[in-house]
Parts: sequence; C-alpha cells; structure tokens
Amino acid sequence: MELRGMNERIRALRQQSVSTQPRLSLERADLETDAYEKYEGCVSIPELRALVFRHLMENKTLCINEGELIVGEKGDGPQAAPTFPELCCHTLEDMQIMNDRELISFKVSDADMELQKNKIIPFWEKRSIRNKILNAVSPQWRDCYESGIFTEFMEQRGPGHTVGSENLFKKGFLDYQQEINEAIAALDFQNDPEALSKKEELNAMSICCDAMVILGKRYEALARKEAASCSDPQRKSELLQIAENCAVVPAHRPQTFWQAIQMYWFVHLGVTTELNPWDAYSPGRLDQHLNPYYQNDVQQGILDDAKALELLECLWVKFNNQPAPPKVGITLKESSTYTDFANINTGGITADGEDGVNPVSYLILDCMDEMRLLQPSSNVQISRKTPQRFLKRACEISRKGWGQPAFYNTEEIIQELMNAGKTIEDARKGGTSGCVETGAFGNEAYILTGYFNLPKIFEITLHNGLDPVSGKQLGLPCGSAEDFHTYEQLMEAYQKQIEHFVHIKVDGSNRIESIYAKYMPVPFLSIITNDCISRGKDYNAGGTRYNTSYIQGVGIGTITDSLAAIKKHVYEEKNLSMKELMDALHANFEGYEAVRHLLLNCSPKYGNDDDAADNIMKEVFGIYQKCVTGRPNMRGGQYRINMLPTTCHVYFGEVMLASPDGRLAGRPLSEGISPVQGRDSQGPTAVIRSAAKMDHISTGGTLLNQKFTPSNVAGEKGLDNMAHLIRSYFNLDGHHIQFNVVDRQTLLEAQKHPEDYKDLIVRVAGYSDFFHNLSRALQDEIINRTEQSF
Amino acid sequence: MKIPTFINIQRYSIHDGQGIRTTVFFKGCPLRCVWCHNPESQSFQRQLLFDSSKCCVCGACIASCPQSALSITEGTLRTNWSQCNACDCDFRCEAACIHEARFLSGEQISLEKLLKLLLRDRTFYEESGGGVTLSGGEVMVQDMDYLLQLLQKLKQEEISVNIDTCGYCSYECLEQVLPYVDTFLYDMKAFSDEIHRQYTGVSNQLILDNLKRLSQGGAKINLRIPVICEVNGSDEEMGRMIAFVKEHVRLTQVNLLPYHRAGSDKWERLGMKGETFCPPSPQRMEELKQLWLDAGIGPVYIGG
Repeated sequence: MELRGMNERIRALRQQSVSTQPRLSLERADLETDAYEKYEGCVSIPELRALVFRHLMENKTLCINEGELIVGEKGDGPQAAPTFPELCCHTLEDMQIMNDRELISFKVSDADMELQKNKIIPFWEKRSIRNKILNAVSPQWRDCYESGIFTEFMEQRGPGHTVGSENLFKKGFLDYQQEINEAIAALDFQNDPEALSKKEELNAMSICCDAMVILGKRYEALARKEAASCSDPQRKSELLQIAENCAVVPAHRPQTFWQAIQMYWFVHLGVTTELNPWDAYSPGRLDQHLNPYYQNDVQQGILDDAKALELLECLWVKFNNQPAPPKVGITLKESSTYTDFANINTGGITADGEDGVNPVSYLILDCMDEMRLLQPSSNVQISRKTPQRFLKRACEISRKGWGQPAFYNTEEIIQELMNAGKTIEDARKGGTSGCVETGAFGNEAYILTGYFNLPKIFEITLHNGLDPVSGKQLGLPCGSAEDFHTYEQLMEAYQKQIEHFVHIKVDGSNRIESIYAKYMPVPFLSIITNDCISRGKDYNAGGTRYNTSYIQGVGIGTITDSLAAIKKHVYEEKNLSMKELMDALHANFEGYEAVRHLLLNCSPKYGNDDDAADNIMKEVFGIYQKCVTGRPNMRGGQYRINMLPTTCHVYFGEVMLASPDGRLAGRPLSEGISPVQGRDSQGPTAVIRSAAKMDHISTGGTLLNQKFTPSNVAGEKGLDNMAHLIRSYFNLDGHHIQFNVVDRQTLLEAQKHPEDYKDLIVRVAGYSDFFHNLSRALQDEIINRTEQSF
Repeated sequence: MKIPTFINIQRYSIHDGQGIRTTVFFKGCPLRCVWCHNPESQSFQRQLLFDSSKCCVCGACIASCPQSALSITEGTLRTNWSQCNACDCDFRCEAACIHEARFLSGEQISLEKLLKLLLRDRTFYEESGGGVTLSGGEVMVQDMDYLLQLLQKLKQEEISVNIDTCGYCSYECLEQVLPYVDTFLYDMKAFSDEIHRQYTGVSNQLILDNLKRLSQGGAKINLRIPVICEVNGSDEEMGRMIAFVKEHVRLTQVNLLPYHRAGSDKWERLGMKGETFCPPSPQRMEELKQLWLDAGIGPVYIGG
C-alpha cells in the first residue's frame, strides 16, 4: 500500500522531539514546595494534593511548539522532565550522574542544582514516600530487595498502569464536577462514619476539575496571544483554532476529532503531572473512542484521512516529548531508558462483542508506521473477528524489525479479565498496557508491585536457604542440594522457598500500598477512573471498581531448563552427582566443561515442544501462580501474576551464580516466557507450542519474543505466514507475541558468539539451516545479503 | 516393516509448498548427484559429520575410539575413515566431543513417534493451509509399509501431504501413494540420458516414464529443476525438457532452483569429495524462466 509519508510539519516536530537533549526541569518541584509551604497542615491530605495540582496548573510554564496542532507539555518544553520529590528526592550526586553520564543523560542547569540544594532537598529529603517506605518495610524485605530476590516498582514511582476509557471522550471536567457535587450532596453524615473522608476526597477531586479548567483557559489565552502576533496567515488560523479547541476542552466534552485528541492530551498531562505513574497513562481503545468523532467530522466535511492522520501524528510526537521521570540512587545508575510505558491498543472488539476495527484503526497503523517512535508503544489486539487485512497490515509494519506493533489476543484477554471477576462488558473494553499487563480500562487500578526472581530462589533452595552471593540467610533452612534424594523432594523444598519469599514480598507491598493510600492520594486520577466518585474514595485507596496487584515472575525458561537438567542427569540417568553439579556451579564451570556440556547440550530445553521440559515449566508456573493468586491486597482486591521481565532479567542474572541450565554466573536470565536465549532449536512453531502450554488465562499477561530473519517473513507469503503463526498462537490461548526481525548486527554478533545464537535459523538458498552450522564464508554471504528490504 | 532412518524433521518449513509445513527428510537416495546440497542424505546408514572449524584438538575423541582411527598430526585432528567401523552406528567419538565438532546424522524413528511429532503442529497446518512434506534423500525407495501406513494415518487426520521425489522408483510405488498425496514435488535433473548418467549415476528413463504416468494418473505435480549451467543450463537441454513436458505432462507449477555452493562444506565434513560448479547468474535464470513461459508452461518460479 502507498504510504503518504510524514508531511513537513510532522517531520519538523518529530525531528525536534528526537533531537532535543532531555533535561531536568525543577519547576514542578519548586511550585509544589511553595504549595506545601502554603497549605500543608491547613487542609486534609487529599485536598492538599489537589491544591498542589491546582497550583501547578495555574503557574506552570506553558509552551506551544512551532507548527504543532496539539498543545501542552509535561515540563516547560519538549524533553523537559519534571521531578517528583514527594516520592523520591534526588541527591546532588544523583543529579550529577544524570548530567554527566554518556547514555540516557538528563542535563541539569546550575540554577536547578542550586535550587535542589537549597530548597528541594531540605524540604523533601525526610518527607518523601521513599523514605517512609524504607522505614516501614521489614528488615527481611530489605535484605531480599537488596539481594535481587524481587524489585519494588513503587519505591520510586507512583502506582502506575492505568488507562482511560470512553469517559475521557464523553465528558468535560465541568461535567465531572457536577457529578462530584452531587456525590457530596448525597453524603450521609447521619450514618456513614467515612462521610468526612469521602467529603475531603470529593472536595479534592472538585479542586482538580478547577485546575484543569484553568489550564485550558491559560492555553486558550496563550494561543490567542500568539495568533495576534503571528504573520503567517495559515499558522494564525491554526492558532485561533487551537484557542477555540482549548475554550471547549478540557472544561467541556469535545465536539470534533481534533478536540477529542486535545482532550486526551490534557488528561494525560493531568495524570502525569499529578504523580508519575511511569507515564503509563494510555487512552485505552483510542480507535474506538475517536471513531464517532472521525465519522461525524468526515460527514460534516471538516476532516479527511490526511488531516486525521496528521492530528494523530501530532499526538504521537507529544507522547515522545515526555521522557521517563529519572530515578534515584542505584536504580538511577542502572536505568538505561528514556522510554516510558504509554501503550495504545488498536483493534480488538467492541463492548457489545463486535469487531472493533474501524477506519481510525487503519489510520493509527499508518501513524505507527510513519512515526516509528518508541513512545507511545503501539500494539494491536487481534480477535477471531479481526479482518485478515488489518492483521496483515500490522504484520507488514512489525516485520520492518523495530518491534512494533506487538500482537495481543483479544479472546484470551477477555477470559483473563473474566477469570479475575470482571463483567463481560468491562472485559471487552479492556486490554493491555505497560508491557503486556491486562486491565479493565477506565475501571481498574492494576498495580505492578515488582519482579520476582524465580531462578534465584532456586539457587537459594540449593543452598539451604542461604544466598551464596550476599552470604545472607534469606530463605528457610529446609535442606541443601545433596539432602534432596529425589526430584520430588527438591521440588517440595523449592515450593516452600517460593511461598516464603512471596510472603515477604506481599508483606512489603501491602505496607507500601497502605502508605500510598494514606499519604499520597491522586484525586485527579480518581476523577477519571470509575467508580472513585461514587464511592468517594481515592484511586490509591481502593476507590476504583477493580483493584489488582500484580507480581511479575521472571526467568521461567532458566528455572525450567535448570530443573530439567537436574532431573535428567542427577535423578534419572544418575550420570552426574549433585555434589559435582554444585562444585561446577561454584566454579562457574571452570574446569567442569564436560559438566556444562551435559547441562547445556544434552538436556531437555523449554521452547522445543519437548514435554520433558515443558511439563516442568507448567509445574513451576503452577506453584508460583497458585502461591500468589488470590492473596488479598490492601485495596479490597487481590494479587495476581504476570510473566514479564522488561529488562529485569539482566539485573536478576547479575545477582546469581552459574545455574544448572549451563548459564554462566552473572549472565542474563531468560526473558518473559521466551526460551533461554539460543536454546530453542526446533523453530517458531515449537516455541509457540511450548509457550502455549502455560496457562495464560490464569495470569494478567505474558510476554513472548520471537526472532526472525528477514527472509523468513519476506514477500506476501512471509506476511501470510506471520499472520498464520499469530492466529495459531492465539488459537492456543497465547496472550502476546512480538517479533524481532534480525538485522545484520545480530548476525555479526551470532558469528562472534555462536553459543548464544543456537536458535538462529537463516534461509540459505532454497532451504534453511542453523546459522551456527554454516561455514564462515557462507555466514559472511548471508550477513551481506541481510540488508534486503521487502 | 523396516524402520527408515531420518536426517531431520524440520518444523515451520515455509518454502516447500502451501502454508506452514513440517518437512520430513528421509535418509538414503538411489541417486548420486554430484552437486547434492545434502550429501548426508545419500547413504541409508547413520553417518558422522566432523566440522574441523569447531575442533579444538583436545584429543578426547582419540581416547574414545576403539579402532584407533583418530590421531593428531601437525596440530590437526585426522580421521582415517577406512579404519572407522562406526562402532555399530554408535560413534563413540561423537559422545566424547564436548565442542560439538562431531555430529551424527541419521536417526530411526518409529511410525508412532513420527506421527506424534507431525501432529504437534496441526494447529499451524490448519490455520495456514499447510501440512506435511515428505522429502529426503528419497521417499519412494523407503519401506513401503511404513510409508503407506504413515500416509493413511495422515489422511485420516485430514492433514495434507506433499511428496518431494526424484522419481527413481517403480511406478507401482507411486501408484500406491497417489491417493494420499496432495502434490508431488517432482525433480527433473536433465533430459539427456547421457548427462543424467554422468552427473547422477543413473539413467533417467524410469524417471521420465514415471513422470508421464503420474501425470496421466491425475497427480498434481510441481516440477523442480536444479539449474547448473554446466549440466542442464543450456538452451538446448532446457528446450528438450520443455518439449517433453509440453507433450506428456500437466504441471501446476515449475520451480527453477539455481545451483548454490552452500552444501560444499558438508561433503568435507563427511570426509567425501563433491564437485562444485558456478552458480547461474540471475539474468540466466530469467532467460531460462522465459523459455518455459514461451512454451506456454507456467507459472514458473525461480527458487522455491
């Protein structure tokens, strides 16, 4: 299909977005401190947070970038990242690191450095939520946290993963305020002991509505002012239209496609200014929300596809203008991304169960394709009802090799949600956000609490509860490797240790949730998430319709292969003693090459549709899933699991010795539910079959990466086959799949480190073979031809 | 029933027919094509491949060899193949090598196990209109009992089967499998018998005759021609093939497969000597394609 290509406006905006050096902006911290100094102690905590929000919206620097059609920045301009000292207060050293490091730097001005030193640190250092959390958790929790048993998302960032619903496009903030006032009027001070706290929360929400109306008016005024001094007649009229739009939204519901997008963007700014839920705010089913506006405007003759696409592209630039809030301490040093987790779902089905693909869906695909930005992350939901045309168009973009869009299984998501107690309609309106996490959009606070290191717990199991890396006794003393005489005894001990660490993790998460509920309400986010208004309760305190806490299991491939190797060689074939294995692990296999060969090359491996390994995966998954699912959280909901790592499998590998799957000490664990890197040798159908043996429906999302060489997906036939693979995985109830199309660089790496790329199959000539099996000359030839286009 | 030996069962095979397929490579072939890309497919026996580039001359294999067929000379590992008796197809040296320089080709797989394996990807076949491709080596010279039972079971399971064959077998065999086969991928290497004998070791009379009869029997046939300029790439030789096909055979498509040298290191790993040719130029491939199209035969694909 012919692509229109970005027009000049979009090209310039995109260029500005990707070439501007990210920097820190202390304006938010500065204004917030003023507001605290003024209001703290005079009002309730929710009202205080709302007054801070209003103060920010009244006073923040506004910005209309040259040529843009959608206005509003989180900082004072593109790539300016505000800080959130109420959550975590950067030290001067943190700021120096941010400023100086080569990768992912944030420039800090001298004036901001001074401000941090003289105003922000003195005020916030001891008040930050992070400080409260570290004081509130148990010493055990801290030890586990520091040893890499698990991580904690909320230690530096607000509860994230929240997604808007159709409400955003149907109501203005004056409409919400009306609802809030009615809720206040209906409070029962005769009988309801919570009436006062409800009133405080509702008052706070009402103040936030005012704040949004103020922000809109300020942008309207700025646009008019710029229009007055603008000499270019075209830009002048655009600025006037922007002013008109801001006179409507966010105070009132949008009237046009353009206003609907501007409305969303104001809401996004509100959510990410109030607190920093990892910028994981997303518009939900954007194609469905925008479609009525698109249809109406086209009918009115005020919109065509080119204009609609341009407006979507302006929105995409806005997402990309917001780098992730920089972290503090160790996490800052490790953190190597500007990317945050806004994620847009396109396709799927409608609330009444019909195919959800509409003309806007196709425009969004075009937009993804043209923009190729890391933010917003884009995915497609594929249901049985999704037209093949839509799926193939998405495949066509995906095979270009930049990882987007990812593919999600609508029917599976609906089953996940219903299994977790959502109504059918809420389930159909749901989707995935962040990486792959499932939620009921607009109705749920589904909070990620941290990654959970399954292979590390096994390492501790083999050492009688001792962590051999930190030297601390973190686990239960329930036997050492050589005490387990059968596989069943080993698994029993592993299960006990998993239960022990889940217990510690949940204990900490519950304390942290309580801290957020008590000290860090989010009245703005509560306005737009059902049913906080009707319950008079904050989003962070269980006010939403559904309240889930997720714990993310990491390293299922590594743990499966480790257990499979031990089962086979130590317990079944008895050609390796547990002592020799432990000696080999402690020696990082130095002097034990034959043992490593046995573990690495002569053992069942997950990802090859081999039941000997896959049944172990199911067993471990089952233990973990049952251990977590159903535990009550502090917000009236339950804990559930996801199986995803983001990049945590790298960190989790660093805190470990060598493992019984043949992995060397410090090397990354397997990622998501993908097989251990390079260990899948039977091709993608076998990977898919193995992965599908996991009970995806009992999770809140799983992540599968599939690697391809370009020739595997070339031509019309390649597209067809990609589509077939996706549909097949989804027939088997898989949750998510994304494709990496291997580039020249990867092949060069594979040539250097063949052991890491044993799964890499390349099309040789009329047939395919493993890359590592080819002669050097042939490898070179294939590398040379891997630059081909489709 | 004699259980055949297999080189490989390749899942997600997407280049040899409709949809996503699993390709079964039988071991053993009656032809000895000098350009063969998979020379390990010729012998019916299990074989050892030795990749010298992965060998770090640790000598572990020498100790494992009961025949003293291995030695280190001038810093490289040498195999005296005439002394190797394959340890009764067990090749102890393979297990002794932890650097994977030694690789065994050939595994016997029972019918039951093979079927189970082939059915694993059923979802993918059904979604994509794919199925199973039987290839080799040569399928049609394997144990007929095994083959027929395999085909019947796959038919029962509603799985489409293609057979890739060189056609060098008795027609009765082809006739027996015909009801179970969706498409034959039929190889034609040369028309002139002399050329065929010289490069494949056998006459092509039977092959041409079978092709004719199979077509009369109503089979769906994709003709596959490996193009090697020095052997069959002249206008004359191609012209003779075209004339024969035009007169006697109904085809669904033609694949012209340009010769490549990818298999050359495999000959070395087997301790055998192959012959190398010049790969045809893309331009020559186009010219040959045009010859078929001019004769009104198509569609014609280059590669496949």
